[in-house]
Amino acid sequence: MSSKSSADKVVKTTGLHIGTIEPGVKKVDPIITMDHVHRQFGGLTAVDVEHLEIPRGAITALIGPNGAGKTTLFNLLTGFDKPDTGEWTFDGRNIAGVPAFRLAQMGQVRTFQLTKALGLLTVLENMKLGSKNQKGEHFLTSLFPFLWKAQDDEIAEKAMRLLTKFKLDTKKDDFAASLSGGQRKLLEMARALMSEPELVMLDEPMAGVNPALTESLLEHILDLKTEGMTVLFVEHDMHMVSHIADWVVVLAEGKVVAEGPPDEVMKNPAVIDAYLGSHQDTDLGTVTGRIPKISE
Amino acid sequence: MPETQSPVISVENLVAGYLPGVNILNGCSIEARQGELIGIIGPNGAGKSTLLKAIFGQVKVRDGRISLNGDDITGLKANKLVERGVGMVPQNNNVFPSLTIEENLQMGIYQQPKHYAERLEFVVGLFDELKKRLKQRAGSLSGGERQMVAMGRALMMNPKVLLLDEPSAGLSPVRQDEAFIRVSDINKAGVTTIMVEQNARRCLQICDRAYVLDQGVDAYTGTGRDLLNDPKVISLYLGTLGT
Repeated sequence: MSSKSSADKVVKTTGLHIGTIEPGVKKVDPIITMDHVHRQFGGLTAVDVEHLEIPRGAITALIGPNGAGKTTLFNLLTGFDKPDTGEWTFDGRNIAGVPAFRLAQMGQVRTFQLTKALGLLTVLENMKLGSKNQKGEHFLTSLFPFLWKAQDDEIAEKAMRLLTKFKLDTKKDDFAASLSGGQRKLLEMARALMSEPELVMLDEPMAGVNPALTESLLEHILDLKTEGMTVLFVEHDMHMVSHIADWVVVLAEGKVVAEGPPDEVMKNPAVIDAYLGSHQDTDLGTVTGRIPKISE
Repeated sequence: MPETQSPVISVENLVAGYLPGVNILNGCSIEARQGELIGIIGPNGAGKSTLLKAIFGQVKVRDGRISLNGDDITGLKANKLVERGVGMVPQNNNVFPSLTIEENLQMGIYQQPKHYAERLEFVVGLFDELKKRLKQRAGSLSGGERQMVAMGRALMMNPKVLLLDEPSAGLSPVRQDEAFIRVSDINKAGVTTIMVEQNARRCLQICDRAYVLDQGVDAYTGTGRDLLNDPKVISLYLGTLGT
């Protein structure tokens, strides 16, 4: 089966944790640590995480039912929302309450579930926006092209390399609004890489993407790990999660209810009950009685 | 299914779109015979949702024909289609958030208020979780719960044909499986069903026949099983993960 051979190619990172695997288990080399993070909306507790560490240099998947608090947690970590209480560190630095743009400068970027390409700019212009420390973005220096032209050319070159990798190079002068949904996902991911982040946080990168395109997106995510980046992503597609994730964190009702390597987490009865369902690896044709069980 | 049976829904060479001069459907043809569960899969932008909306009179048809049991229904407004027994479960904005669950279900049968009580009993019997929460505001429900209310509302008129736009979208795996099983059960009770889906694998596992839409036309068709195992469909649309 071709899926088995592609699974063989993915080298999982092991040995990420210290001690017994349980919610909040310490990691050997955490890039993010969170303590007592609490966020409430009116009477609803969206996030209530006692302790969580995200391992550096690995691909971690954040899963859980709708309403579990995954996007809220993302928003808190990336400076798009402020917690009621809680502290967390990125690379050892205390970053609770630090706004998103500053976090991006520190090496942490995120993508959005509903893509946020700037529709009236071209694909290349969208990419160039993602780059950090652009000299031409200061009022006085912008008046003198000789001060920023060389850097601008470098940025354009880097953008083209990334666009070629994501097969969007032929679209460089098209308006981002003219891209299909899947292509916008690619642009979003490519643009996130322009700032050469240490940590890339992807919010449902595969949502609404054709399954065949999903595989090439997965390859790109695996490349990020090969290049030394840490990846944290939210996903519902468990095949994708077991294919590329080194570590899985399960959120339910705002709390971490399980974490561990994908195989173990997916066998956890509480996770099966609340999230995966018991038909995970079963053909629904047999469950619904549409095909005889014997033929499978 | 007898070959000579004429289709309940027939779409012939449909051309439709949203913006002037831009067609999303470019001559799409599908059909659904009595009691079939038809799956519509394909990449983003292929026209899957547009096809359903065109059938339901929500998108302007520029060329082609749609018929219901042989009668031309091209361009008929949604309320007329509901009268004729066609129900639609949209993907988004599918409940009235300021109304209760019960009121949402009532809206589904406003054309036949006399049958309300018996239909309510039937529909609520299908959705255990809604039974205890009929007075709850639909706006406070999660995505999956709204899906159930939207489906329930479409079923209130006892439709002969049910159109579903991505019933599994945004749901966790366990809720997706529940949704698919529910659609299968509704279809087995005799409702001809056309289901657009992004989760192609699950869709093909339960449907009788399916169409793969690409760039606004029906590119492939076959039984659910045939398409699930077709190498071309796998490489272009399904991917190899999870086989």
